[in-house]
Amino acid sequence: MSTPVLEVRGLAYAYPDGHQALAGVDLHVHQGESVALLGPNGAGKTTLVLHLNGILTAGAGTVSVSGMPVEKEHVQEIRRRVGIVFQDPDDQLFMGTVRADVGFGPANLGLSGAALEARVMTALDLVGMADFADRPPHHLSFGQRRRVAVATVLAMEPEILVLDEPSSNLDPASRRELADILSSLDVTVLMVTHDLPYALELCPRSVVLSDGHVVADGTTYDVLTDDDLMRRHRLELPFGFDPRTVAATLGLGD
Amino acid sequence: MGGAHGHLLHFHAHSAIHRAPAHLKVVALLVFMITVVATPDDWFAAFGAYLMVLVAVIGLSRVPATYILKRMVVEVPFVLFAVLLPFVARGPRVEVLGLSLSESGLLAAFGLLATATLGVIASLTLAATTEPQALLKGLERLRLPTTLVQIMAFMIRYLSVVTEELRRMHVARVSRGFEARNPRHWPVLAKSFGALFIRSYERGERVHLAMLSRGYTGKMPL
Repeated sequence: MSTPVLEVRGLAYAYPDGHQALAGVDLHVHQGESVALLGPNGAGKTTLVLHLNGILTAGAGTVSVSGMPVEKEHVQEIRRRVGIVFQDPDDQLFMGTVRADVGFGPANLGLSGAALEARVMTALDLVGMADFADRPPHHLSFGQRRRVAVATVLAMEPEILVLDEPSSNLDPASRRELADILSSLDVTVLMVTHDLPYALELCPRSVVLSDGHVVADGTTYDVLTDDDLMRRHRLELPFGFDPRTVAATLGLGD
Repeated sequence: MGGAHGHLLHFHAHSAIHRAPAHLKVVALLVFMITVVATPDDWFAAFGAYLMVLVAVIGLSRVPATYILKRMVVEVPFVLFAVLLPFVARGPRVEVLGLSLSESGLLAAFGLLATATLGVIASLTLAATTEPQALLKGLERLRLPTTLVQIMAFMIRYLSVVTEELRRMHVARVSRGFEARNPRHWPVLAKSFGALFIRSYERGERVHLAMLSRGYTGKMPL
């Protein structure tokens, strides 16, 4: 197989207070895949995400992105390749206008003038927010801010899009609109989520992280229908949601 | 700029004053204020003239006078202090409505009130006619250190976020039966502000992380 977009080998990390957040994680994501990263609160999901672009540095093990190891010397290139959309759009959007905010990443990469403007508008078009370019982010609705946050990362043309809880706090309509946008993108996706129906809809493959270990890696359908696995790792389907009937009607799974 | 406009203090209109470059308006405000502060307290005619200038500018800007007047409540603490002065200052005294007041105190109070009022009106006019973003650009053009301009930009961006957080904390307190009625309740408010400070600090860290993730290296690219 080709070089994976994301390759994590034996990654371990303990926080300064001694808490072992990751204890030997192995994970491969290949180009064009959409992978859901599932796991209970405190499983180490966010810690793992912060290793992917070199915000945290591995205690042991390695992370590489398209063959380039995540190390200090090429951290800028890594941060272009790995686009992280954080959970709270108010953390991500800090400039005075949507345009300036989406332009922040590419401008850090050295783009300016017409090339920068084109990059910004392309990214905003992808999330359907081009008409809002001159608005201040705090005047947008929460769902719109989430979409702009996705655009800020798309503008860097990343090789892998990492989303931290993309559906959290969205109303059902915004949640569906975001799903439509995400499935229309031609980019590799790693999605951290507690929203299991969302994972089933958008990600053919799921990885379960629990207590700093990868405890399952397979099709989302298989993971969600493995009752024993689900129970052991505090994963629960929403009331009334049965992946089997959903898969049967939509032709997902096997 | 299209769409919704600026901030609480900004009044949307199209006038010569609105269109004037922000850096010119900032310089004009500065020159005006230095002149006002440098004027001796007993040049009453001069203060009248300054007020006329402001009234003319506000007229040109088509910002309603009531809009400015309502927002002048920020001046109240100065007014209170000014009202005290004639009572506490020393020197020759005059009788006004049966009260014995200090002459120099009266003059000082007038001076304080006049400069504060003119300053507040002038600043409100600048705020009403200038978008926050334009103001920041203007300050940048005036060669204010970019770090300071960036701090102000972050302040403008996060003011509404922090205010909203403060409001939610207030609602949550009230929902649990707490109303700050007397000084014995102040420790609770102090703790709320402490919590807000920590939250804002942590948000600052998360914003920084998000900036690093998009290739920030310590210098604003735009």
